Parts: sequence; structure tokens; C-alpha cells
Amino acid sequence: MSSLEAEFNQIIDQAQAVRNRVGAVRDQIVSDIYHQAREITEKVVKTYNSRDPDRKIDDIVTSKIFGYPLMFALLSLVFWLTISGANVPSAFLADLLFGFQHQLTAVFQWAGSPDWLHGVLVLGLYRCLAWVVSVMLPPMAIFFPLFTFLEDLGYLPRVAFNLDKLFKKAGAHGKQILTMCMGFGCNAAGVIACRIIESPRERLIAVLTNNFVPCNGRFPTLITMAAVFMGTLVSGYNNFAASALVAGVVVLGVSVTLAVSWILSKTLLKGVPSTFTLELPPYRIPKIGSLLIRSILDRTLFVLMRAVVVAAPAGAVTWILANIQIGDLSIIGHLAGRFDGFGRLIGLDGFIILAFLLGLPANEIVTPILIMSYLTQGVLLELDSIGALRQILINNGWTWLTALNMLLFSLLHFPCATTLLTIRQETQSIKWTVLAALIPTVIGILVCFLVAQIVRTLGFQF
Amino acid sequence: MIVEFKLTNLPIGEKAEVVSVLAQGVARNRLLDLGLVPKTIIEAVRKSPLGDPVAYKIRGAVIALRAEESSQIRVRSLN
Amino acid sequence: MGLTAQSTGINAFLEELKQSSVKADAVIALAGNPNTGKSTVFNGLTGLNQHTGNWPGKTVILAKGNYQHQRKNITLVDLPGTYSLLANSADEQVARDFICFGNPDAVVVVADATCLERNLNLSLQVMEITPRTILCVNLIDEARRKKMEIDLAKLEAILGIPVVPAVAREKVGLKQLKDVIDKVAFGKKWPQPKSMEYSETIEAALAEIQREVDHLLQGKFNSRWVALRLLDGDNSIITEIFHYLQRLEIKKQEYYQEKVKVVECCE
Repeated sequence: MSSLEAEFNQIIDQAQAVRNRVGAVRDQIVSDIYHQAREITEKVVKTYNSRDPDRKIDDIVTSKIFGYPLMFALLSLVFWLTISGANVPSAFLADLLFGFQHQLTAVFQWAGSPDWLHGVLVLGLYRCLAWVVSVMLPPMAIFFPLFTFLEDLGYLPRVAFNLDKLFKKAGAHGKQILTMCMGFGCNAAGVIACRIIESPRERLIAVLTNNFVPCNGRFPTLITMAAVFMGTLVSGYNNFAASALVAGVVVLGVSVTLAVSWILSKTLLKGVPSTFTLELPPYRIPKIGSLLIRSILDRTLFVLMRAVVVAAPAGAVTWILANIQIGDLSIIGHLAGRFDGFGRLIGLDGFIILAFLLGLPANEIVTPILIMSYLTQGVLLELDSIGALRQILINNGWTWLTALNMLLFSLLHFPCATTLLTIRQETQSIKWTVLAALIPTVIGILVCFLVAQIVRTLGFQF
Repeated sequence: MIVEFKLTNLPIGEKAEVVSVLAQGVARNRLLDLGLVPKTIIEAVRKSPLGDPVAYKIRGAVIALRAEESSQIRVRSLN
Repeated sequence: MGLTAQSTGINAFLEELKQSSVKADAVIALAGNPNTGKSTVFNGLTGLNQHTGNWPGKTVILAKGNYQHQRKNITLVDLPGTYSLLANSADEQVARDFICFGNPDAVVVVADATCLERNLNLSLQVMEITPRTILCVNLIDEARRKKMEIDLAKLEAILGIPVVPAVAREKVGLKQLKDVIDKVAFGKKWPQPKSMEYSETIEAALAEIQREVDHLLQGKFNSRWVALRLLDGDNSIITEIFHYLQRLEIKKQEYYQEKVKVVECCE
């Protein structure tokens, strides 16, 4: 033992002796500092009006009657603004990017390049990229600023306040709601955000269930499927019904989160919720300028870049798989054939299952891969509207049940590769990572199977 | 007569004075850090839609506490 | 009590700080309660020159940023938002460790003007650790909206540290904040913070161990603050202080060994 350590230990013992005699030292220290803070404040601050304008807002936002409906309405409103606002720029981008494809094709023809090269680069890689950019960029450029607005306004802590009791009952931490909000942007970010939960048990619950919040990569699929579903169900499809459906899917995701959290805290992760306190900060109207810059730079472009990096090779690979014929069927056809029986059992088909599997690197590319594989044999359509897309899907045997189950399976399936890697990093455990993939997939299969069986039993012939 | 009771039983809209914190260990220290030291005036501001947690005004900030925490805090009425 | 507990990530973090950024002329820590607009101040000062990093061994994310002021390179470390530095959570521990052992050239405490009392609680704790403290009273406009009048000159006089009013959202007061940071960080101004007075029982207890603590620290640390932590029995900080002193001792030994070598060479 060094002399330093000896001296140190001696003082620690001495201090402990004094503490044992004096009693609650910590209490006294905290009290004294707070009282001093109060004294100073009384000397320098004069308040003329103690009525707090925030209270009136909170009376409504957290009220028994309006609290929950308002949350749902706000969520629907965000989706409605996203869907309706994105339509026009999406169509514009699609025109632009698919128009440019013709020029690319012309260049390839002029250079006399072989068909397969044009196929891989233009029909595969470029088209997938064009799809991802035109379909994802506009909704994200609307969704993220809206979401950041609610965040900066101070609304999210109110959501946590309203929902906390449910999370407490589920044995989860109140801050889990805040990590779920991050998950809307990106589940990998949501998983990292779980660090704000200190108790390891509750952090794990939050990590394992974060995937039940649909991330931004899945919103295009959800929105498209909601539109297709509503379109096949009722004539004269309208954006508002589709937005409410997407909001409904989010509510379902939250319910599944609660159920799974509850089961986990009763089985694998037993324990009682730890201390939880939550500040409800004053409302503040955000500065729109800096909000736009931050949400576009930090979130929109970040997520888009990641999607682009994955989409480009995925597009090329899908084209190759779709265009190499073995016998009279493409590789993708063979593979999809393998999954078709299982797919149909749960109200989907082989191509959809394959698209989800190939989409493991990023959820953003599930729909583009699906469309590409449907389109391989036929003519290459330009997908500039939901209507055109719906037609393709119907031509491939889709019904409203397929759209509904695709919607459900998109919410309830394994997390993307990035999220899985993040979970592995955060939990330092393969076991929990595997579980994080298994839980949602099993639930998704069960739910889709049940829905398909119920619909079929009820007499709809599919 | 001075009546002492649990913070959980403080009606919404009313104020009380903190007498003591019963929690121990880290939970106690966290509550102290929020400013819940003896003689602090605390006001019950609102209940969440499901009745729990309850938001309290503590030294200028509005902070929500679950019943598990608020039952660990003894307060007394101001009048 | 054992002192063998693993040291927290402060060393690794400081190493990373040294390597990652452009040579910093000064390192400034940004502390504050949650919801005080601390990150707005951080964004306002650093613009887009920022990146986030992990605090090694702790699940806490820290943002670092840079800005230029009067041809000097200032590195800003955005500490987690906390109500206190008494280390009841990982966030508080990280904030406290950086202020204590990270040797920041100044600490800026961002306070919410509408909620000064709660924010002063943290400021007083920071001032206890380092005199190089600056109080940035943010959200002055909100306070005005709520019809609050704050006598900042008086506050400055009572606290004994520079007080800078700001509306970070509108970039009001940030220029002045930069100037004050420059003065404090480069020793052009020495704040004389009011020292916290505790109740009699605590002061009496402090007196009992003060002399021994003085002897142990030999001026390397604010001994009153260390004595308080010892009385409090806060093991995490006591361990950390021990490691800090140990490092100083090792450095001293290395220094002497180095000297011996030099002498040998010359002979």
C-alpha cells in the first residue's frame, strides 16, 4: 500500500466517524444549497404575475377527456400533412429521375454497351435509387421537421406523462416512451437513446421493443400500403382515411410494445420499475429556421444517405436475381416459389417474404425490391402514382387482405441490419440480439396468420 | 394542529410544505436533488389522464412523480 | 473502504478530446439543468462544427464543438443536462467528473431565467468546484413575457462570477458570452465566487477534518469541496480523487526519472 493510499484511507475512516455522529450529511448539504439558491433568487427576481399560461394548454393536452384523442389526432395530422404534402413533390421527383433514366439509356445505347450492363446499372441500380429518393425524400422532409417541431415545443414529455401509467403497469420505465419517439426517426437511434434509462433491466426492455415503433424507413411502405388498402377497399380513396390507418398502425405498435414489455418483465426480465421523475418543461415555440436546418441536415439527409447507400447495391442485386433465368424461371422466381406456400398461409405471397428478407439491410428497400421483382417479366412501368402501383399489385394477385397484412408485417418483423448491429453493440450480447429479431418476427407471423384465417373464414374468397 | 400526510394525498391545486423524505439510498438522493428538501413548498398541479403520475410544481419547475415516489414524501398543510 | 474500483472514463475521454479536435487553445464545459436551452447555446456558439462522442465505459453521449474567437480555437464540451452534481445518475457523474478532473479552462452554466432558483442550485455546486464559472442566464425573453424582473447586476455581485444574459434562440448575448469566456479562460478575469455557507452542523464537521484534507491535497484540489464529499461518503468521487492524486504522483515520479536520465546523458 502506498503512503498516499494509507493517508487517504485514514481520512476516509475519520470522515466516516464524523458522519456517523452528525447524521444525515447529504440531506443537510442539499438543503443548504437549495435554501441559499432560494435566498439569492428572492433578492434578484421580482415577479408581478404568477399566472402561468402553460397551465391552460396542459389542462387540455393532459385532460382525461381530450388527452388521448388529441394524441391520436396530432399523430394523424402529422401523417396527413406528410402524405398529402409529399404527393406533388414525389411525383415531380419521379418524373425528373425516371425521365433522366431515358437519357441514361440513350447514353448506354450510344456507347454500345451490352444489355446486361445497362440492366444492372440503369434498370437495377439507378431505378432502385430513383425510387428510394423520390418516394422517401419528400415525406421525410415533411415528417422530420414536423416531428422536431413537436419535440422542441415540449409536447413529447406530455405524451410520456399521459402514457406513463400504462408503461408502469407493463413494468417498463417511463422514459421508454421518449426512446420510442426517437424510434420513429430510426430504430437504431431509438436503441441508442435507450441509454437514458439507467436501470439495466428496463433499458433492455426498451431496446428489445423499440422495433415496434415503425421507423422512417418503414413509413413509405406503411403509407403506400395504407393508400393501396384504402383504395382497394373503398372507391375514391382519400388521404385522411389512409393517415388515420397509419396512425392506427402506430397505436397497434404501442400496444404490442406494452404487451411485450409486460411479458418480458414477468418472465425473462423480472423486476419492479425503478424511480422515475419527469419534468414537464414550459412550452416554447421553436425557431422555424434553425428547426428546418437541423431536422433536414441531422435527420432527413442522414437517413436518406443511409438508404441510398443500401438501395444502390440492392437494386443491382435484385435486377441480377430477377434476370438470370434457370429453366424458364428467374432466380427470384425460384426463390419466391420456395416461400410462396408459407407466404400465402399468412396472407402474403412468396415475393413479399423474399422482399422482406432481401430488405434486411434497410427497411427502405423492401417495397422497391418487391415492385422490381413483380415487374421483371412484364413491362417496366413508371411508378409515378399510387394508382399505377395499385394496378401492378392487383395484376399480381393482391387483394385488400394482402395490403393489410403487408402493413402489419411491415410493423411486426425483424429489425433492419443496422438496428440489429446497434442492439448487439448496446447489449454486448448475441442472445438478446437474436431475441430482438425473433420476438417481432414470431408476433408478425402469428398476427398475419390469424388475420388471414379470420378473413378467409368469414367467407371472403381469396 | 398541524396535520402531516403523504404527498400522494395532496389534492390537485393545493400547496403543502415538505416535512421529510422517507425513501432511502439513490431514490432518496434523487428526490432531494429535485429540491424536495424539508420546508420546500410544493403544489399539486395536475393528474395524468389515468390518474398517475401527478405533476407537482417544485421550486419553479413542473415535475411528474409516480405514486410510488410521492408516497415516500411526507408533507404538512400550510394553514 | 477499497480504492481499487475501476476509474471511470475520464482519461480515455480526455485522450480522445486531445486527438479528435484541432489543437484547442481552451476547453470550455457547458453545464446546465435539462430544458434550459443549453443545446441551443451550444449550437449557437459552435454552428455546425460539432460531433458527438461516447463517454467511455458509461452510457452517456457527449457533444463536442469548436468555434474561433479572436484567432483562438475554443473547444466546447456539452455536458449532460442535470439538476445537480451530486452524482446520483450516470449523467450527473459524467458532468461532475469532467468539471473536476477534465481541467476545463472555464465552465459555463446555462440557466433558465424563468426558473432561476432551481438553476442556481446547480450553479452554486459548480462554483464550489471551480472559480472559473460563468453564468449564462438564458431565455430572458420568456422571463419578460412572464413579467419577471431579474436584477442581473445584483446577481453578479452576489455570486461573484460573470453573469451574461442571453436569448440563445435569437442569438442574443452569444457574442458577449464569447467575450466573457475569453476573459475567464485566458486569465484576464478571475471570478471571485461567493463561497457556499453551510449550516452549523456541517461547518463544524468540516472543521474537524479540514486540516487532514489540506495536508493530503497540498493545494492540488479545492480542499473544502473534497472534505464535503468525504463527509458525504460519496464513494465514486472519493475513488476518482484518489486516482487523480495517484496520477499526479506517477507523473511527478516520471518527471524526476526523466530528469535523472537527462543528467546521466550529460555526464
